Amino acid sequence: MSVPHALLALLSEGPKYGLRLQNEFEARTGEVWPLNVGQVYTTLQRLERDGLVETDGGEGERSRKRYRITSAGDRELADWLRTPPDLVPPPRDELVIKVLVALQVPETNVHEILQVHRRHVIEVMQRYTQVKAAADEDDTALALVADAELFRLEAIVRWLDAADVRLKQRPRLAPAQVADMPLEATQETEVSQ
Amino acid sequence: MTSALELRQVSKIYGSGPTEVHALRGVDLTVERGELVAIMGPSGSGKSTLLTIAGSLERPTGGQVLVDGVDLASVSRAAQAQMRRRSVGYVFQDFNLLPGLTAVENVTLPLELDGIHARAARTAGLEAMEELGVAELADRYPDELSGGERQRAAIARAIVGERGLLLADEPTGALDSVNGEAVMRLLRTSTKRGVAGVVVTHEAQLASWADRVVFLRDGQVVDQTTAPPGPESILAAGERR
Repeated sequence: MSVPHALLALLSEGPKYGLRLQNEFEARTGEVWPLNVGQVYTTLQRLERDGLVETDGGEGERSRKRYRITSAGDRELADWLRTPPDLVPPPRDELVIKVLVALQVPETNVHEILQVHRRHVIEVMQRYTQVKAAADEDDTALALVADAELFRLEAIVRWLDAADVRLKQRPRLAPAQVADMPLEATQETEVSQ
Repeated sequence: MTSALELRQVSKIYGSGPTEVHALRGVDLTVERGELVAIMGPSGSGKSTLLTIAGSLERPTGGQVLVDGVDLASVSRAAQAQMRRRSVGYVFQDFNLLPGLTAVENVTLPLELDGIHARAARTAGLEAMEELGVAELADRYPDELSGGERQRAAIARAIVGERGLLLADEPTGALDSVNGEAVMRLLRTSTKRGVAGVVVTHEAQLASWADRVVFLRDGQVVDQTTAPPGPESILAAGERR
């Protein structure tokens, strides 16, 4: 979550005090991202230093300052909204690794392993859905946040489902083919083929 | 208290000999009033068979099916049919409203088939439509309703009268995810008012609206979710990340 850009977005509606920015930030992210007032002022200071916001020029206490977005801030915000986030997946997905490893472990039923993870993911999904069910139907911000998590988790379930089907279709490897044969025996096998 | 639905060691075999298909193998499942259960599983896992047997549209090859504590095998076919009309409501994928009947006539159809007087049926039908917020559309025909309004009418038909068991097979059909969610919300609200609900789906997002998700594979219940904790914990978890 980019706090600076979220604050710029709130200021794009008009000048505001720090405390109001904190309240609005929390309200509009479905209160999923709590933000303390210290963070708000540190971020505003940095934005001011970079020329993206300016104050009414008041001296003294930070709570008395009203912040306004500059034209450079407007441009920065517009650019950020259109910049795609980093979609490159993490180099090693833990779940994928676990399933690949499970394939190598003798006496392990991979389908059972897949089901353990499927159940767990769906239990987490049930909790996000409860958040939606308990919320006001008009709370669009919260629904958007919950949806994002739910679609991400659903993709994991779909991957598990696909893995199930793929592994069912896979011919079973005989343990002897997987295990390391003594060197001579291996050579003999190769000769005989 | 008796459960709204109880399956005990239910099995179903189609065909015989070498072409025999074991659709269900010893399924145990209990659903209480007020509870929404989702059945998930890959195609061919026996999900739809389980639903048709629960609704007594098909007989099991073995085991017992109890609806409101009554063993379906112990009553006559006529009594089974009556139970099907009175106690069980169905929601189909395409909502199946009859185009020649108004919305309320569609809703009251199961009551009228059961011999309930038209006026009493209409009162019950309007009550069910009221619960789903579409009572004012009672006298419109299905083609005068939007997709969402048709869904609501179809669910009203499934809960009209004294129905204690609501069965739905992929009830969101081809709807987009937001409208599909609206259907699940309605099913959840209906079950919270004291109906037992069973929804068959292959979509995890829809299943996550259920209180409990039961996983079916090769005709057997292989796993189920445990009761989820309250929603407050998940937001705190998100913050830690």
